[in-house]
Amino acid sequence: MPRYFTEEHEWIDVEGESATVGITDYAQEQLGDIVFVELPDVGAMLDKGGDAAVVESVKAASDVYAPITGEVTEGNASLEDEPALVNSSPEEEGWFFRMTISDRDELEGLMDDKAYKAFVDNL
Amino acid sequence: MSDEIPEEEIALAALPLDAWHRARGARMVPFAGYEMPIQYTGEQGGIVAEHEWTRTNASLFDVSHMGQLALKGDGAAHELEKLLPGAISNLKPGKMRYSLLLTEAGGVIDDLMVTNTGAHLALVVNGACKWDDIAHLREHLPDEITLTHFDDFALLALQGPKAGDVLESLIPGTGALTFMTAGLFQWNGAHLWVSRAGYTGEDGFEISIHEGRVAELADALVADDRVNPAGLGARDSLRLEAGLPLYGHDLNLDTDPVTADLAFALSKKRRAEGGYHGFKAVAARLAEVESGTLAQRRVGLILEGRMPAREGADVYSGDTKVGTVTSGGFSPTLGVPIAMAFVDSAYAAEGTALTCEVRKKRLPATVSPMPFVPHRYYRGS
Repeated sequence: MPRYFTEEHEWIDVEGESATVGITDYAQEQLGDIVFVELPDVGAMLDKGGDAAVVESVKAASDVYAPITGEVTEGNASLEDEPALVNSSPEEEGWFFRMTISDRDELEGLMDDKAYKAFVDNL
Repeated sequence: MSDEIPEEEIALAALPLDAWHRARGARMVPFAGYEMPIQYTGEQGGIVAEHEWTRTNASLFDVSHMGQLALKGDGAAHELEKLLPGAISNLKPGKMRYSLLLTEAGGVIDDLMVTNTGAHLALVVNGACKWDDIAHLREHLPDEITLTHFDDFALLALQGPKAGDVLESLIPGTGALTFMTAGLFQWNGAHLWVSRAGYTGEDGFEISIHEGRVAELADALVADDRVNPAGLGARDSLRLEAGLPLYGHDLNLDTDPVTADLAFALSKKRRAEGGYHGFKAVAARLAEVESGTLAQRRVGLILEGRMPAREGADVYSGDTKVGTVTSGGFSPTLGVPIAMAFVDSAYAAEGTALTCEVRKKRLPATVSPMPFVPHRYYRGS
């Protein structure tokens, strides 16, 4: 299952016509203790680069953007009771939402694991 | 994702302990013209862990960005009293008082601590305000009053229920201080000015020491297993739980002490006699409290759910906007979002049901007494 990354520190797992989205370990580390995640509603249409979710740490609220265009099919219900999953397991259990993939070409502009690691090392 | 905290573009100064913080994994952010540690990384780091450590043990905060000033000269106390509503001339040596620098219109220029050291009056002012404060003091104080800025002194805050025992073991005699008293101590040949105060709601101390000796003292403090370093992030969540206003957020030039619910800082005698900048405006606000016509006041809010309401969020009663959040966040101790807000007085009573608007959602909130978490100051055994 290929995983892509954005320069805004979202990751996206692609499985067939569906994509799972979360924020990277680097991102959660920068945010600190996460106390609340506001997820998009199921059925919401997201535009690539547009607002998708909001993650609240103790100190601030930060926007999470949609890495691609598509429709939200599921939100991670576990985050309601346990937003700290984003800190403890950002790239596994702490996923944010699943969405459809409207345009596969959009994936091509995203980074792979190696490119993202190099990107973060340069920050 | 993007962080909403804007980066300052001005040149930032380094704290005397800059390298010390970085060596301990501090994440540094711009604040009040300095690069300040907001939190530490590693096992014991993070705002929530540092917050909880402070509530159960003792944390070391670096607050060297604050301004340490001294006033000296005949009648210094009387002259300072002309600029703030607190009684300063009756402040005995070793005693300190929280007060406010006010404009003629009653606006808050800064909040500060004033201590009679015996030798002079010591002022600790907010880091972001210190240059304006110095200008204001210099403009209004007579030339005979000497104003000194101790810009080569660092300021550490040791805060938490174990702070008293820790400091007594390192600097014998400090344990005898009670809340809002201070004294001069010696440690390894260095002079320390130690105040039993802080801004976390916990028992604790602020320690002024020359910048050349501060790393040594910081090392000695964290060598004690009961002490961990903590950053500005935890200091902010602690002071919010303690119901303490923060200048630039809950206090500013457009706010007066009565609306800001700081009437305790208005000395009784001076409420009647006046004689300070802003007295007329303050007296008018106090009269409005009496007659029930005060426009707004600062209140505490506890929100339902987990989504915090931050500074700037509008507060509603039904469809009517009745106020604005001035600072808010998630309370690590209570596990719920809390906030301070300025609301119309008709909605300021404890228990009033209101809502806060966050990203177009209305979050139910209840006006709640402050402090949200009880203060634990040491007032003597």
